[in-house]
Amino acid sequence: MTSDHAAEMTSDHAVDIDKHVRVYITVFVALMVLTIITVAISYLDLTVPLAVTVALLVATIKGSLVACYFMHLIAEKRLIYAVLLLTAAFFVALLALPVITHSNGFWIHE
Amino acid sequence: MDIPYTVEVRRDTGLTNGKIGIWLFLASEVMLFGALFASYILIRVGAPSWPRGDTILDVPLATFNTIVLIGSSVTMVMAWASLMRRRFGTFRLYMGSTILLGLVFLVVKYFEYSHHLELGEYPRTNNFLAVYYTLTGLHMLHVFGGMVVNAYFWGPGAKLWKTNPVWFTQRVEHSGLFWHFVDLVWIFLFPTLYLL
Amino acid sequence: MSQPPGVVAPGPHVAHEVHHEELGFWRKYVFSTDHKVIGIQYAITGMLFLFFGFSLMMLMRWQLAYPETALPLFAFLGEARMPGGTMLPEFYNELGAMHGTIMVFLGVVPLAVGGFGNFVLPLQIGAPDMAFPKLNMVSYWCLFLGGITMLGSFFVPGGAAQSGWTSYSPVASIAGTGQTWWLIGMIFLITSSLLGAVNFITTTIQIRAKGLTFMRFPFFVWAQFVTAFLLLLAFPPLEAAGVMQLMDRVAGTSFFLPSGLVVSGQVLDVAGGGNPLLWQHLFWFLAHPEVYVLILPAMGIVAEVIANNTRKPLWGYRSMVYSLIFLGFMSFIVWAHHMFMTGMGTAMAAFFQTTTMIISIPSVVILTALIISLWGGSIRFNTPMLFALAFLPMFGIGGLTGLPLAFNIADIPLHDTYYVIAHFHYVVAPGTIFALFAGIYYWYPKATGRKMNETLGKIHCFGSLVCMNIVFMPMFIVGMAGVSRRLFDGGATYDFADPVLQWNVVSSWGAWALGLFQIPFIFNFFWSIRNGEKTVENPWQATTIEWAAPSPPPHGNFVHAPQAYRGPYEYSVPGASKDFVPQYEA
Repeated sequence: MTSDHAAEMTSDHAVDIDKHVRVYITVFVALMVLTIITVAISYLDLTVPLAVTVALLVATIKGSLVACYFMHLIAEKRLIYAVLLLTAAFFVALLALPVITHSNGFWIHE
Repeated sequence: MDIPYTVEVRRDTGLTNGKIGIWLFLASEVMLFGALFASYILIRVGAPSWPRGDTILDVPLATFNTIVLIGSSVTMVMAWASLMRRRFGTFRLYMGSTILLGLVFLVVKYFEYSHHLELGEYPRTNNFLAVYYTLTGLHMLHVFGGMVVNAYFWGPGAKLWKTNPVWFTQRVEHSGLFWHFVDLVWIFLFPTLYLL
Repeated sequence: MSQPPGVVAPGPHVAHEVHHEELGFWRKYVFSTDHKVIGIQYAITGMLFLFFGFSLMMLMRWQLAYPETALPLFAFLGEARMPGGTMLPEFYNELGAMHGTIMVFLGVVPLAVGGFGNFVLPLQIGAPDMAFPKLNMVSYWCLFLGGITMLGSFFVPGGAAQSGWTSYSPVASIAGTGQTWWLIGMIFLITSSLLGAVNFITTTIQIRAKGLTFMRFPFFVWAQFVTAFLLLLAFPPLEAAGVMQLMDRVAGTSFFLPSGLVVSGQVLDVAGGGNPLLWQHLFWFLAHPEVYVLILPAMGIVAEVIANNTRKPLWGYRSMVYSLIFLGFMSFIVWAHHMFMTGMGTAMAAFFQTTTMIISIPSVVILTALIISLWGGSIRFNTPMLFALAFLPMFGIGGLTGLPLAFNIADIPLHDTYYVIAHFHYVVAPGTIFALFAGIYYWYPKATGRKMNETLGKIHCFGSLVCMNIVFMPMFIVGMAGVSRRLFDGGATYDFADPVLQWNVVSSWGAWALGLFQIPFIFNFFWSIRNGEKTVENPWQATTIEWAAPSPPPHGNFVHAPQAYRGPYEYSVPGASKDFVPQYEA
């Protein structure tokens, strides 16, 4: 079984792998550029809400590149997507609800 | 005993056990770091004042570290790609680089921490530092853990390539997923702590 | 294309294809990777901790019934705890915190999830073992280390944790060394559950038998499956909180310490700026789903026992499954109903109140379906069934008494009173624990090849049922009179509590009698291993796949790879030759 698989690995997928390697290099360059950009923007002295938004936006793009291409999420199976969607929902609840619950003036009529 | 779908995929899910297992584990890690980010948000929002990251932390050094970690993610995925191309020697090279770059990351952090401690900036000094040390500290533990696993596959674990190359490739892929996740966390940690 | 081309495997491999060197004693019985051995390890550990945790409470009940009266024999516990046999308040707090912690994390979860889940789940889905047997073993030993740490904490200077199982800061941040040990113990226990959850989910999805589709799962499997997701996604925030509280305690940070905190007349020398409410949010983010971790496996067990002993399919299986899934999801967004008294605004209180009311619906659906399942059944009143039947009204009382607590307004007079203690104990004690007893009597033949004694079982059941109600029913009265929980004298210092103090005595005697009624069970459990009535593979004439395996099952579980041909509860099928058609029979 193992040698069959090994043979299949080389013949069918060597070509695929070459394409993938090109993607990895491209993503690497993109990540480097985005890193420089995010550091550069930090020197612009934006207001806090704007700085936070921009920084998180850039981080999200970088993170998505890592997830989609290095972690192959872009071609993953539905089950994995379902688990991650569920996780994302609870992640948002965890981040949002405590801070909303304790913000004065926002949703709270004191 | 033989547990099915360890190496072969199950037709209806299209997945192996290990692939599901590692993603489930990563989901739990998302919740772990999520809780830390939620804590950071709550503490910062409730604070009367909060220093900008670059007034206390070394941004150029951390930028270097960011590049190092992202680089290690590339070498990691190239290590796996080498196995897919059946180039074991190249795998060794890339995996070794991944481990080395991880080590560089840790060494830089060691210098960062030492510098702060010398200046009398301890976790107990203020909440910014408490958050900084705790979040980067936990992240560091994950970097270290990932390095241990990678070192195993570079070294003693590599015997598996001879007896079951497909499974070895998959295990390296799973290890890679963990490593990329650790990189992903840093991609968010870096701007959050250092730039905002 | 992230996967080397795979070949679809023909199916689960079977016992007779397995061949390996005979394992030594340690690898076979101690460091085993066999899910059945691990399940039994979890179950025994869980049961030992349940009895230990209960013993802590039996000691507390002396203080509550007869505050500051000496209990002479116990002076051996020393000057720091019971000088002259009279309990110190600090010791009462130690007992209280550890009773809760041990019962939840070292008793119920290891037994319900680690024990029943590990032993039964792979058998019920026709699998040879869990997807990750070595990881399974690691999970158990993490639990073991956590247990040792928690037990060890009793012996550190200052004793074990004293800040409640909820470990609220600031108290927990400034408490003695025992609290640090508690935090370290929790990290082991959380890790154990996380690794276990990964195993359960993967195994259920991937290693199920041919023909076993999701809607053909026994309800027990669904219950464990949803529970695993709760453990996987809800525990990590508590782990994060634990790390932060450790930082507060050991590194002097102020994650949860507010500015200007005064302790013993002195302002605390910390940076301040922390938020005690942050701890509460992170703790309850886990602890609310945790209570569903406590009840879901129990519902699973009750469902199996009821279907089997009514000789009828479960009524409303689909509704029960959808309710389970909906409940699991909702459980993540109700947590702040434990925090109504923390000063949140009306909007957020309304949000959590609403989600909490909504979550009661699936619970009611499941309970109602189980009750309706009895209608028209040919009921067999064996011990497992008696415990399952007892579970129904007890869980009903527990669930219904939760409703006032769900409302912000009604919660105000009830929060942190004995009413709350009564509510949650009804759900967990004559609720979950009765279901676990049902499961022990039910699956004991599969694990040992022998049945437990029925007479002793019935004594255990009736005695426990009566005593549970004697212990907990009066607590509703005491709570509604306004007596707070965690008072070391049960409210004796407060005049307003005078009319209800006698109920503390009633509860205490009920608790001690409850302890006595566990003796027939303990004896029965061990005695029946050698002397119980020998059984065949399927002594209960059940339909689910675990009954196809030999009793006890060998390594690899099944002689021939099982396959599922129909649903899980084909009882009393018109035209069939027997009153049940097993899921695994062609």
